[in-house]
Amino acid sequence: MIADLGTADLGTAVLETKGLCKNFGALVVARDIDFALEPGARHAVIGPNGAGKTTFVNLLTGALAPTSGSVMLDGRDIAGLAEHERVKRGLVRTFQINTLFNGLTVLENIYLTVAERMGVATGLFRPVGSRPEVVAEAERLVEMVQLQDDAGKTIDELPYGRQRLVEIAIALALEPRVLLLDEPSAGVPGAESHIILDAIAALPADIAIMIIEHDMDVVFRFAERITVLVSGAVLASGPPEEIAADERVRAVYLGQGHG
Amino acid sequence: MTAAAARANGAAAALLRAHRFRAIELLPWAIAIAVYFLFPGYRLLATQILVLILFAISLDLIVGYAGIVSLGHAAFFGTGAYTAALLADAGWQEPISALALGAVTAGLLGWVSGWIILRTRELTLLMLTMALGIILYELAKDLDDITGGFDGINFENSAILGLFPFDVLYYTTNYWYAFAFLVLGFLVARTVVHAPFGRSLVGIRENVRRMHAIGTPVQQRMRHVYVIAAMIAGVAGAIWVQVQGNITIGVYEFEMSGNILIMLILGGTGRLYGAFIGVTVFTILENLTETVLGTDPPYWELVVGVVLIVTVLFAPRGLLGVFDPLIRRFRERTP
Repeated sequence: MIADLGTADLGTAVLETKGLCKNFGALVVARDIDFALEPGARHAVIGPNGAGKTTFVNLLTGALAPTSGSVMLDGRDIAGLAEHERVKRGLVRTFQINTLFNGLTVLENIYLTVAERMGVATGLFRPVGSRPEVVAEAERLVEMVQLQDDAGKTIDELPYGRQRLVEIAIALALEPRVLLLDEPSAGVPGAESHIILDAIAALPADIAIMIIEHDMDVVFRFAERITVLVSGAVLASGPPEEIAADERVRAVYLGQGHG
Repeated sequence: MTAAAARANGAAAALLRAHRFRAIELLPWAIAIAVYFLFPGYRLLATQILVLILFAISLDLIVGYAGIVSLGHAAFFGTGAYTAALLADAGWQEPISALALGAVTAGLLGWVSGWIILRTRELTLLMLTMALGIILYELAKDLDDITGGFDGINFENSAILGLFPFDVLYYTTNYWYAFAFLVLGFLVARTVVHAPFGRSLVGIRENVRRMHAIGTPVQQRMRHVYVIAAMIAGVAGAIWVQVQGNITIGVYEFEMSGNILIMLILGGTGRLYGAFIGVTVFTILENLTETVLGTDPPYWELVVGVVLIVTVLFAPRGLLGVFDPLIRRFRERTP
């Protein structure tokens, strides 16, 4: 859209970082990251293994506290907000490795999420069974990712690729404004990956999405903007064609490919 | 309706009817009523079983549902017990209000200690729960001019509702007093676990990281259930001493915390009814061992050890868990 604006000087960004740093002792895992995600964005973050992509997600969600720098949601510094409070404000993530309630059914997984989002999860008295509106909403989400056949199965009983869909359904159940997808197709067999990609393509257009992905086909099909992370720092950021043409990016990937 | 939609509805229907009472749930209560009339000589033992079931249910809320393993649950049991006993000793002899105050003090202790303990996880958490229990035990031992120490205090309560005096010889009123509060406590626990709050506890047990990521204030939720569990344990403790008319620092003993956890695991955690089975089997076994082999502690400790090993090896989900595969097969055949 407004491709020629810089990344750090936008007032319109829904999610933004400035000078974000994270050290584990002497190990620097995030180095002065400036990043901005505009409303409705489709923004991919790529980089070699160990570049600090998941760390970056954890810094955004509050799972990790930054060493310095700030994270802003709607222009407000959210340093003081715990992970669950950020979720309540619409900042939602999926996990690179399935992080689900393995002993519960698919529907229960979604139900818990919906109950939390609707603010009824603290209810002590009225049973789940007397709240059909919550269950119905959970069912709607199960159908949205086409898991209705598996709704009554526990996560343990599902193949990994289908579990990935539950990750996405949970994220949707939270009605995110900003969605951080951490390698959504990781671990999914090639034959099933189209299910995930279709689900991502079908995500509502008004959600700002940051996707971390290794599969370049996915990245170039999906992203309107790409940021390249190397050793915890931003190497390049821009539209896909610019990144594809960038010599430094090619060096990183080719260097790694041949090394 | 398509087959797929029917299956989805099946899962939803299961959620929607999970809280409904089933006929078989009347069984334990029918047995409890029958025992009173069939075995009048065992009313003392049966009363103790009822109280310990209530205690085990309170522990199940945190261990079985929220996944917070505690080795110091007697801290709340003992605090409820001492509140009721010391009130009676000081002249406040009305039992039900004393019991309610016992719930309050135990709940307060749960709130304050939970604020610290629940910040930690796993082994640290386990050690802290144990530490709290031991601190209170040592404190009660030190303050023996108030607590009565090992010798204990004898006290009297007035008649329940002014109508039914406690009977420490035949355990008539005493039995029904314990029975009534077990029914009440069980209904509270059952309501809570079937409410969204209880489901979210299961979520915490299954995956804490995921709970944070769906926007749950996990620590707050755990603190709430910790207080509820502490209050129910406090009620159990209060009844325990009220029906005996006597209290010793035994109510704070580590053995109390350890045994109740063993009983719960024996019966099965996270299902409320595990408490009924576990406590009953454990207590009757203890009694049988003492009758057959004598009261020398090593015998009973040996039996406990064997029971634990057998449970862990052959029924890791507790005695009630043994029936799970059978029930699942039955359900699959009758959709």
